[in-house]
Amino acid sequence: MSPPSDQNPIAMKISSCLLFALLIPVAQAQQPAPDVLVKSISEEVVAILKKDKDIQAGDTKKVADLIETKVVPHFDFIRMTRIAMARNWRLASPEQQKVLADEFKTLLVRTYSTAISNYRDQQIDYKPLRAKPEDTEVTVRSEVKPSGSSQPVSIDYEMEKTPDGWKVYDVKVGGVSLVTTYRDTFAGEVREHGVDGLIKSLAAKNRQPERSKAGKT
Amino acid sequence: MAKAKRLCAALLLAGTLAGCATSGGNPADPLEPLNRVVFSFNDAADRAVIKPVARAYRAVLPGIVRTGVSNFFSNLEDIWISVNDVLQGKFQEGVDDFGRVLFNSTFGIAGIFDFASDLGFQKHNEDFGQTLGSWGVGSGAYLVLPILGPSTIRDGFGLLLDTQADLVFQIDGVPVHNSLYGTRAIGNRANLLDASSVIEQAALDKYAFVRDAWLQRRRNLVHDGDPPREREEPDDEPTK
Repeated sequence: MSPPSDQNPIAMKISSCLLFALLIPVAQAQQPAPDVLVKSISEEVVAILKKDKDIQAGDTKKVADLIETKVVPHFDFIRMTRIAMARNWRLASPEQQKVLADEFKTLLVRTYSTAISNYRDQQIDYKPLRAKPEDTEVTVRSEVKPSGSSQPVSIDYEMEKTPDGWKVYDVKVGGVSLVTTYRDTFAGEVREHGVDGLIKSLAAKNRQPERSKAGKT
Repeated sequence: MAKAKRLCAALLLAGTLAGCATSGGNPADPLEPLNRVVFSFNDAADRAVIKPVARAYRAVLPGIVRTGVSNFFSNLEDIWISVNDVLQGKFQEGVDDFGRVLFNSTFGIAGIFDFASDLGFQKHNEDFGQTLGSWGVGSGAYLVLPILGPSTIRDGFGLLLDTQADLVFQIDGVPVHNSLYGTRAIGNRANLLDASSVIEQAALDKYAFVRDAWLQRRRNLVHDGDPPREREEPDDEPTK
């Protein structure tokens, strides 16, 4: 009995080291750095876009599904809706807030699907992340180089650290925020028709048929 | 063109005078009622004529030709861009952009090929409105110009100077002049077909969406892609 008990501390050290060694990659896998996350998701989505014949033929439903499964889980739609609503967020009841976030999410996913189905072979460059390890809000910067000579378009992701990993709460294309661009529209709608009016017009917009690809018509 | 310019000038004046008129949403857009009228006129013209022609242009000409056409005009623009670089004190960019013109005009066969970009001399986006902005001139009220689209009081004045400095504008023969104008406009519109389909999908109120996106874009350009951060979530006090 004595030899094993003598070895125990060593065995424990080894096993705890092993456990540690196992845990670190797990923890990293759960919370990859924000720039790594953006890059890996974009590359995955782009790879599918390039391969999938249906998507290239203009199947917007399939693009939407792709975004729903790969991209949406990394976005914080509540925060996005809160930013777009600005002061009026407080006017909405918790139920209304939830409906608003759902409708806004649908709208953004559809918009993103339209944009991404226009994707051809543009090259995407990722800028080095300028952030301190303890930062909980960072901007991940990337650039899309369109074919031909035109200037690259910047795409910046505003991200926050949450217990479920880094989440995107705004996307800025060429400096134009996908979220704050809605502020005046939302404010006007709330001013004239109340929060329910805004929910109604978002829902109506989302019920409209998907617009066909610009290239086809 | 002289007529159009007079119209622009009149609108700019109207814009300045009507600065105190009240209206709904954005404080940057006191002329909203007037702007909305011009916007819907532009939108109708776009739907009826400009977009269909741009689509046909894109459908008929192969990508490489379209790229050549837009490179040609882009090369002419680079001259004025380099002047604006210098006016903004960005001498290195000014030299780079002028170098782009020299290089692309010769090796790039009158600018049809943009070899300078391939060599890493990136094109910049400058105009006189941005130069005024960098000198600290505020943008003034948002202004929708007939056919030309979104602008502001400041950028409208900038545009008057940009037009004077435009090489295409200085060509004398009216038919040549006009067909170059037309080709450039259609080529530019064709480049934006995808973007405009995204806006159609995105916007609840297209007028407000285009305005707010455009104002953010200009602010971004004036600060060369790095504008001072704005507060994202203003007070939680509801507006009444």
